[in-house]
Amino acid sequence: MQKIGVFVCWCGSNIATTVDVAQVVAAVKTIPNVAFAADYKYMCSEGGQELIHKAVQDYQLDRIVVCSCSPRMHEATFRNCAEQVGINPYLVEIANIREQCSWIIKDRAQATAKAIQLAKAAIAKVRFNTPLTPGESKVVKRALVIGGGIAGIQAALDIAEAGYKVDIVERQPAIGGRMAQLDKTFPTLDCSACILTPKMMDAANHPNIKLYTYSEVEAVSGFVGNFEVKIRQKARSVDAKRCTGCGICTEKCPSRKTSSEFELGLKTRGAIYIPFSQALPKVPVIDREHCLKFQTGKCGICSKVCPAECIDYTQQDEIITEHYGAIVAATGFDLLPLDKFGEYGYQDSPDVITSLEFERLTNATGPTEGHLVCPSTGKEPKSVIIVSCVGSRDTSGRGKTYCSKICCMYNAKQAMYIREKYPQIDVTVFYIDVRTPGKAFDEFYRRAVEEFNVHYIKGQVGKVLKDARGGLTVFASDLLSDKHLMLHADMVILATAVKPAAGARKLATMLTASMDNDDFFTEAHPKLRPVESPTAGIFLAGMCQGPKDIPETVSQAGAAAVKVVGLLAKDKLRTNPCVAHCQENICSGCLACEKVCPYGAITAETKTVINLAGVKEQRTVAVVNQTLCQGCGACTVACPAAAMDLKGFSNQEILAEVDALC
Amino acid sequence: MVDKVQEQVEALRRLAHTPLQDCIQCGRCSAGCPVAFKMDLLPHRVVWELAQGNLETLLKATAPWQCVSCFACQNRCPRGVSPAAVMEALRLTAIRQQGANKYDAAQLEHFDPELPQQALVAVFRKFNK
Repeated sequence: MQKIGVFVCWCGSNIATTVDVAQVVAAVKTIPNVAFAADYKYMCSEGGQELIHKAVQDYQLDRIVVCSCSPRMHEATFRNCAEQVGINPYLVEIANIREQCSWIIKDRAQATAKAIQLAKAAIAKVRFNTPLTPGESKVVKRALVIGGGIAGIQAALDIAEAGYKVDIVERQPAIGGRMAQLDKTFPTLDCSACILTPKMMDAANHPNIKLYTYSEVEAVSGFVGNFEVKIRQKARSVDAKRCTGCGICTEKCPSRKTSSEFELGLKTRGAIYIPFSQALPKVPVIDREHCLKFQTGKCGICSKVCPAECIDYTQQDEIITEHYGAIVAATGFDLLPLDKFGEYGYQDSPDVITSLEFERLTNATGPTEGHLVCPSTGKEPKSVIIVSCVGSRDTSGRGKTYCSKICCMYNAKQAMYIREKYPQIDVTVFYIDVRTPGKAFDEFYRRAVEEFNVHYIKGQVGKVLKDARGGLTVFASDLLSDKHLMLHADMVILATAVKPAAGARKLATMLTASMDNDDFFTEAHPKLRPVESPTAGIFLAGMCQGPKDIPETVSQAGAAAVKVVGLLAKDKLRTNPCVAHCQENICSGCLACEKVCPYGAITAETKTVINLAGVKEQRTVAVVNQTLCQGCGACTVACPAAAMDLKGFSNQEILAEVDALC
Repeated sequence: MVDKVQEQVEALRRLAHTPLQDCIQCGRCSAGCPVAFKMDLLPHRVVWELAQGNLETLLKATAPWQCVSCFACQNRCPRGVSPAAVMEALRLTAIRQQGANKYDAAQLEHFDPELPQQALVAVFRKFNK
């Protein structure tokens, strides 16, 4: 006969205030098979666990029910505790009488009654629990980092330094990401390229790091410890091994009308090009859509001028298949398109620019070699207006509901460096709130006002119009003076909202990693597991998880790297034994399960089975690969015959629980 | 007395039917308003005063009569608030006050003859009972 022990936790006052624990103990004692029941102030404490150990020995208990907090908190604790006294950990059930009872019910009698019900359900289930043993799976000692911006570079460097192989997949022709486009970085105003390029060099030269640039992740299968990833290396039309990066081809290319992606359309480039001067790898790529050779068949100048003879018009995309133990998503961000914000005149005037375009305009390697001029006239502006929160904190549907977090700091940065280099230019920042928390951040913003005489006006810009003199008329409000303003400006900078990089959702689907409504990757726990995706083996770094600045991105990348290293350091992983299995005698072979399985763990097999009538027959049945299955349970719901069952959550166990409740 | 004020404030909020509490006082409505330069109480203030329940300030304001109902404020509000709806609510409240004629027929002789007939009709519809 089964002997079940029931332990009711007070959780200090968390449970005991609203649940009469003594009454719960008295109620469960009357249930058949319950050989022991007791309450204790903190079941998770050493004293509580000793109580379990002692009761198991004294009463020869073989199954345990703990009525306490959520299993997410302490299921592992009590499973370990049971294992120590020789009880299979899967013969432990948790009745959640805290989150689902004492915390949400105010009435003591009602809460006590519900706690008893929950305890009864757990007891009903534990009767049918079977001992389960976790299996083992191997860990491939190689990591993949998706995205070659500062987040990806930092994560890869940290993993590589710990001694593990790591590959970076970057879809652009060079690594560097958004940080490579910036001129200076806050709050210390050091040059972005000066601090980024050494890291890019380190990543490119590290013996443990392999770069796949101009490449994209095409497919992901497998699971934690052993992901199989298909990477599409797009055809550069240049032999990267032989190319010396001399750049003659890019200078001689006659097709010059394509707008440069790196320069955000502020400059044109050739059809064969190196995105920026410090690009790594320094290997050009042919943009086939704009190349005369590819479009008309006539030209081929690059091939003629190349001293290393490395232009290859016949190059094809290559699919590389590689295995990884862990994956870091570091896909970064884009700016919100401004087509829905016509009032700012971004589409009408070239002198209305985004903050990222401004970074290029003041960058020494940018289209104006760092001279701040109005794109329309090529003349230095006399007054610049910066507008914050363009598309951020917008619940109307036009923009993004969140605060983009980095804008207040870069507004102050940009305002300061205009005032420092060109003291004659008047700079005004319109703001709703100035949000500058962080080490030396508020001091930085105040310096813009106090030392650099940047005008900060609480209010917003409502409309920007081109005026007859060729400048811009800006209509704004000054809320502190309660005034409507009409100002003249030569340049307007829009602090545009950030959003996850295009393609992030497609990648998340491949990784089976969850996302929020804004397409940011979600973390496993917002406070306690901030760099892990809920999907095992997937880690997060940088803007793809939420708006953040460079210091935060670098810290998060380091944290993600440590998690990856912690995983790769293991030789074997314990697999979850709560996986699906097919009762072949019931299975009709409809394969509804195969279609819903997100892990590709189910396949069809033709087998000799004994059917329900007891007759041997040859037919198709579903077979579950126990290492691929992650125990999500989708197949058990999809199966019309209830042939699919999940170990630890079998139909029998769940129905017993439901019966006990009703 | 207090209750009566509160009642009127509630009536105004019902009429305006716009989420006043969502306003973050960014001032984009006032900034883009084409007649803001004529207003004694800017659109963002009109929203604020109704949220605060400052009835007297609202009823004193002539801004609702300057508002041309172009709805630019509503279109550009990042929070889905409509200052235009508050303006309309204030106008309706004034119009619905029994006997409070704002434009007496006797004043007709002061009416600018350059203005179109339609304006005259509108004046009587808006300001008279």
